Order: sequence, then structure tokens, then C-alpha cells
Amino acid sequence: MTIRTEPMTVNVGPQHPSTHGVFRVRITFDGEDIVEVEPVFGYLHRGTEKLAEERNYVQVVTLTDRLDYTSSMINNQAYCLAVEKLLGVEPPPRARYLRTLTAELQRIASHLIAVGFFVQELGAFGTPLMYGFRSRERILELFEMLCGARITVSYMRPGGVFADAPRDFWPALNRFLEDFEDEFAEMEQLLLENEILMIRTRGVSPIPPEVAINNSVSGPVLRASGVNWDWRKQEPYDAYDQVEFDVPIGSNWDNYDRFWVRIQEVRQSIRIIKQCIAQIEPGPVRLDLPLVLRPEAGREAYGRVEASKGELGFYLVSDGGISPYRCKIRSPSLINLTVIERLLVGWKLADMIVSLGSIDINMGEVDR
Amino acid sequence: MPMRPLSGEELAKAVNQEYPGVAVDYDEVSAWIRPNRIHAVAAFLKDSPAHDFQFLNSVSAVDYVEYFDLVYHLTSLRQQSSAVFKARIYGREDLRAPSVYSVWRGADFQEREIWDLMGIHFEGHPNMKRIMLWEGFEGHPLRKDFL
Amino acid sequence: MSCQLASDSILYANGIYRLVYEIVGVVLPCWVAYAIAGLVFAFILVNAVLLGAAVITWGERRVLGRFQNRVGPNRWGPFGLFQPVADLVKLLTKEDLRPEGSDRVVFSLVPVLMVAPLILMTAVVPFAKNTALASLNVGVLFILAVSSITSVAIFMAGWSSNNRYAMFGAARAVAVLISYEIPVVLSLLGVVMVAASMSLGTIVAAQALPFFLVQPLAFFVFMAGMSAELNRSPFDVAEAESEIIAGYHTEYSGVRFALIQAAEFGGVGVVAAIAATLFLGGWSGPWSEYLGWLWFLIKTGIIVFLFIWFRATYPRLRIDQIMAFSWKFLLPLAMVNLVVVTLEVFLLRGDEGVLTHTDLAIMAAINLAVTAISIAVFGNLIKDRVTFRTRQPQQVVVPGVSTIEVS
Repeated sequence: MTIRTEPMTVNVGPQHPSTHGVFRVRITFDGEDIVEVEPVFGYLHRGTEKLAEERNYVQVVTLTDRLDYTSSMINNQAYCLAVEKLLGVEPPPRARYLRTLTAELQRIASHLIAVGFFVQELGAFGTPLMYGFRSRERILELFEMLCGARITVSYMRPGGVFADAPRDFWPALNRFLEDFEDEFAEMEQLLLENEILMIRTRGVSPIPPEVAINNSVSGPVLRASGVNWDWRKQEPYDAYDQVEFDVPIGSNWDNYDRFWVRIQEVRQSIRIIKQCIAQIEPGPVRLDLPLVLRPEAGREAYGRVEASKGELGFYLVSDGGISPYRCKIRSPSLINLTVIERLLVGWKLADMIVSLGSIDINMGEVDR
Repeated sequence: MPMRPLSGEELAKAVNQEYPGVAVDYDEVSAWIRPNRIHAVAAFLKDSPAHDFQFLNSVSAVDYVEYFDLVYHLTSLRQQSSAVFKARIYGREDLRAPSVYSVWRGADFQEREIWDLMGIHFEGHPNMKRIMLWEGFEGHPLRKDFL
Repeated sequence: MSCQLASDSILYANGIYRLVYEIVGVVLPCWVAYAIAGLVFAFILVNAVLLGAAVITWGERRVLGRFQNRVGPNRWGPFGLFQPVADLVKLLTKEDLRPEGSDRVVFSLVPVLMVAPLILMTAVVPFAKNTALASLNVGVLFILAVSSITSVAIFMAGWSSNNRYAMFGAARAVAVLISYEIPVVLSLLGVVMVAASMSLGTIVAAQALPFFLVQPLAFFVFMAGMSAELNRSPFDVAEAESEIIAGYHTEYSGVRFALIQAAEFGGVGVVAAIAATLFLGGWSGPWSEYLGWLWFLIKTGIIVFLFIWFRATYPRLRIDQIMAFSWKFLLPLAMVNLVVVTLEVFLLRGDEGVLTHTDLAIMAAINLAVTAISIAVFGNLIKDRVTFRTRQPQQVVVPGVSTIEVS
């Protein structure tokens, strides 16, 4: 005998403890199993692209901070690269190293949050999250030394960075790296081989590589799907062609791999930072560009970086004016969400939250 | 191994070989194709082994007041090459373009966003609704004439 | 006139009760003295549970804070000890919200129904020598029976809230509670068998060697089962915060929420007290005549700390895994424990039917080995079942890039 059941529609979000902000999914459940998913966006839409058309090229940097507010440095970098492409200029070497270094610090901070919330969503009550926040706090303090801000840094500018690092930044950075290795090892020890974490995430919501590629998924999610693709390797920008690092890729395509890839990327970021410290040389940090930039009319540029969430691209079109004629933001969070149906349908409510956490969306970037 | 960007000329030539007369213009980085053949060209660029553009980076729309440009950034992971093709749509009211949803699922949200903010309706998209703004919002805010 | 309790009364053993009864009985009729003495002790118990709940909320937040490199509440009073008071004042002054479309009576009944069983359960727990309100000879059975009321209350909460998250939580909670009841009962059977009594006082007295050493397996099953019944991590699916907001009590606020929280944290305290009584030897310890309450509090505190420790460390299991854990892992373990203990008791017990200290030590040695072996065996069996489909490694290789792979 089968019992007749009725599907039940539940609005998960926009006010839900673990939808990473104001994300909303309308989910139809059959018991605990998900049969239909419909994401609803726009609760944090601020019209960044339109605002960018009203500001001059340097001012737009501040807007990029507010996209993915957990990785502002990388957003700055992507935008500045796009503007530099538009102008056809190259920042001086020291600026390139500083950018690489800060971007990697930011990547660590962002991945710490991603991993922390991922495990939080698995139900570990705050402990791994707080471990992550402990180290992230140190990184934000380093940013504060660089530019006076912790989250909305606006540290980079077209043509370099805003200012050279103060003298006491370098010893502080070294101290941080020393401590961080231990702190991070502690976190790895707590999480990587955790039996409950393994059975909750292994084999759950796999995304096959062909699906990931077809859905334009990028970043750690794409790499966890077994695709070896990292823009830092494929199209090295700033100082990434000067440093050595490995690209971790997953082989089971599941939630655990997405989590694992992030953990490994933090390790690689530490490697990159150390090489940057060793290689950086004194020199100017900013090109002598006019304050109000006027790129040639009709030029366009697509600048992209491997952000912590995936491929972050700025497509800029110039009409010769002081502000971009069009500033399209290719946000990894939004486009990674394309797989949401594939990710969630057929799995349970408890897995849904974890899978959402595993693609690590940030609503500031999804809604822009 | 560095990326090899396909120049507009190469791309236009390749497209014209498959569909004569579809690529109408090109510059250094991109080729323009006829808007009504977007879907065919997309399928060709994705499936032909010589190009193999499996990855759609982004779909953007630019408002030039008299016309709109749809810009498609593509990447081939196997061949490590990239390409840009554009389609120019004239007019301001009731704009329509074929959707590439069935070729690249990744276009899903981006096409919806373009419809929402720029007002270009993509035909063949199964869920052509507003994405950032609410249903019933008047106008398309990213257009140059929206203040 | 003076009243005297009959020596076969279940209340006879309780010194405080008897004292109040006899003093009041000097001036008032016996039946009034009977009621007054009962009320006095009930007053003590209710306050002990609620105050315990308050202290545990504070302790949990402080201890979790330490686990998480935070400070925890430390503003109000010494070490933030008055934080629960501040919380309570806040909750009491909030608007009494009741969701539209909810079942008014059932909805309002739930908080009471959740707190009541806890207080009832404490009636049979001996806090020190001769302090159990009622030294019931079926104490263990009483505890099991009364604690089951909670599952009804939880389902009522989920049903009456008219909220889908609450419904999810309630459905999960009932499934979990019913599944975990069985291993818990079976694990307690072993305890009862060794002590040869269901009275908690006798069980304490029987623990010449604490039962968590004599029956480590039963202790393990009991703790795991009770974690689930209390909705504590890693089995807290019923109120899985990250998934279903707060589960069955999503819609509760203000006073009702305060009561539900009190039931939750009080539950931790009460269960810890019972676990301390059944497995850690209760109030027994050096100078237990006078310091019994201290040993009892320390042992309870240790168990509470264990619960908090679990919560700080483990991620949550999924509902199907929790079911599998109960039916495929805890139940067989409880069975093994039962069979082994039965055999041991049968073989070791002397003619007078009493287990000596040596007998207990022998049992402890055997059971420790049995525990290790059976946990290893059943752990391996269940491991294959919960680790489900993993695919063969396959990757799209991009030439010229060095990679590291998942091991």
C-alpha cells in the first residue's frame, strides 16, 4: 500500500538563517525530498551597473567593494585590470605584487568564511566558523594597515594601488603567516577527516564536469567538478605568472570536493603570498595617470580575475567620456547558481542547505 | 599555456564558411553576426570540433541608443582559446533575439537579466521573466533613456 | 498531635519531606501537613529545574564561547551569571504572538506540556542521600514513561503552529524520538539487571563500581540516545537551525519561547542528573553522608559539559542517517549489551543473588572488551551503508597545469 502524499511548497528565504543573505528559493517538497526549485533574486539589487555609468573610472572602484563584500580586494583587482586593459597600460611591478598578495589574502579570508559557513550549515554550532573568523580578523587588520578599511577596502586603483604598504605591514604579515599555518592546521584537523562531515557531504549533489561547463560554472565549484581551470593559470594577470602554485581539483564532483578544494586553495594562497613576499622589490606602486581617466572612444575591454567565488569579469565600454559607457559585471555567484536545479532536485532538505553553502554564493554579487 | 584569443577576422571567416553571409562585420576582437542567426552560430561554435567553445563566459547587452549590441564572450577549455561575437539589434521597442539557453545553460540568468534591465526579449528561453526587479516594474533601468 | 509517615510509604525515605510533614503535623491535621510538605518539596524541585535550566543556558553559552575563541555573555553580574535573568525579563516583556490560523488551545498548551514531564522526572531522582521525593520502586520505568510525553508536546507544537518549518521539525522530532526510545530502554535494562532494582536509590547503592565502567556500552547507547531525545547535536535535526529555522518552535516567542527554552535546557540538566544517577554513581562519593549533593552536582555537571562539548564539535547528521544510526547501530549495540550482561549476571551472581565488588570488576573488564569489539564491528558494518554512491574519478585534463587531486 502506498500512502498518497501531497507536495508542499516552502519559501526558503529571503529571511532564513542559511541562505547567505537574502537569497530566496521556492522549493516544492515531497516529504523531505526536493522535487522542484525556483530561485528568486533581487532583494539586494542596487543597480551597480547603472551607478557605474554615473561615476568616473576611479570612483567606480568603491562600487566594486560592495559587490562581493567578502572579497573586495579581488573585485577591485578585476575592475582595475579591466580599466587598465581599456587604457592599454600596465601597473608597475611592485603594484602588481601588492595586488597579488592582497588578493590572495582576501581569497583566504573569503574561503575561510565559505568553509566556516559550509560547516555551520552542516550543523556544527559555530566552532569551525569562529575558527575561520579568528584568522579572517587578522587579515582584515592587515587590510586596515594598508588602506584604513577592513571590508570595503578600495585599495587598488587603475594603474596600481592606492598607496604602498606601511613599514610595519611586512612584519605583521609575517607574524600572521606564522600563526595562520597553525590555526589553519587546527581547522583542517577538525574538519577534513570528520566522519560526520564526510558522510553528510560525500557523494551528495555531484555536478559532472560537462554539466558544470555547460552551466558556465566557474571557480572552486568548477574545479571540484574535475575541470582543471583556473584563470590565474590560464591567463595570468598581475604577478601570477611569477609565482608557483598548484590547482586543486576534485574527482567526485560532490559537496565534499567543493569544500576540499577551498581548503586546498587556502594552502596554495599561502604559498603564493610567501613567494610574493620573497619576490617583491621596492619601486613605484602607481602609474602617473590623470585623476580623471578618459579612455579612447569606442574601446572595450573584458577584464577578468579568478575571484574566490569564480570568474569575475568586468566588461567595460568607453565612449571617450569620464565614466564607463557600459560596465557589465559578470558575477560568479549569480552564474554559479545556474546549476541550482541540478544541485538540489532529488536531494533532501538538509542537503539543500549544504549544497547551497558549497557553491558559496554572496548576495551582494548575485543581485548587484 | 596562455590563452589564444580568436581575432574578429578569424571568427567572421569561420562563421561565414558555415553560414555564408551571417557574419556581417568584424574588428580586432569581435565579429558581428546577424541577430536572427545567434542560436545557429552559437550551436556551431560550441559543437564544431575546430572551435569547441563549450564555455560561455558572459552575455552582455550595451545600449547605443540607436541600436543594442549583444556581446557573447566564449572560451574553449580544450583549445585554450577565447572569442567574442556580437549581434546588433536596431530599434527600441519590442526587441527580440533568439536565446542561446539550449546551447549554453549558463545563459539562463544572464538573458533574464538582460530582459529585465535592457528589455531585449529572448525567444526560446523557457522562463523569460524579470530577475532582479519585480514583475510589473515599468521600463528597463539599464537603458540610457531610463532616468 | 503528631503525624507519622508509614515506613512503607514511597515518601518515607525523603528526609526533608518527612521533616516538614512532621513539623507541620504538630499543629495542623495530617492531610494538610501531607499536602503542605508535598508542595514545599514540589516548590524546591520546580525551582531546581528552572534555575538549573537558567544556569545551563549561561554555562552553555560561556563554554561554547570558550570552545569558539569567544568570550560569551560576561556583562551582567559576575561572569555574566545574571544573563539568563536579563534574557528572561526580555522574553517576558515581549508581545504574546500567536500565528494566524494556529490552533489556539493546542498552541498554548505546548510549553506547559514540555516543562511538566521534566519536573515530574526529577521526582524520583535522589539528589543526595534520602532526598528523592518519591523513592518509587519502578523509578526507571517512571522516567521512561514520563519522558515520552515530550514527543507528543513537540508534535502538538509542530501541528498547531500552522508553519511548514514547524511541521518539518515536528515530523522529524517524532521519528527521532520514537526510534531512539528503544535503544535507550534496552540500555537501561542492563543497568536494572545488574542493580536488580528499578528504584534509583537502589541503583545508586548498587554502584560499588560506577556503571559506566561496568557497562560502557550501555552508557554510550544511553548518551547517544539521550542526545537524540534532547535534540542535541549531532542529532538536532528537529530544530536544525540552519535548515528549518528552529523546527517545531519556530512560531513561539515571548513567554512561551522562554518556557520551551527552559524545557530544552532543563531537559539537559535532568537527563544529565539521571545519567549521573544511573551510570556515575549518583550522590555516592567520599563523605557522601554530608557531601552527596556536591558529588551529584559535579557528576551532573560533567555530563552537561559532555553535551555541550558534543554540540561545539559535531556537525549534524541527516535524518535518514540518524535513523540508520539508531536502528542499525545503537539497537544492535544495546542488544549485545543486554545479552552479555544477562549472561554475566547469570553466571557471576552468588546464591544470595548479590553481585560483589569483584564480580562488578570482572564484568567491567569483560564489557570493556565487548564494547570495543562491538563498536568496531557494527561501526564498520554501518559505515558501508551510510557512505553511499561515489563515482569513479574522472576529470577533464587541461595540459600544462600542475594539479593536485583528491586523495
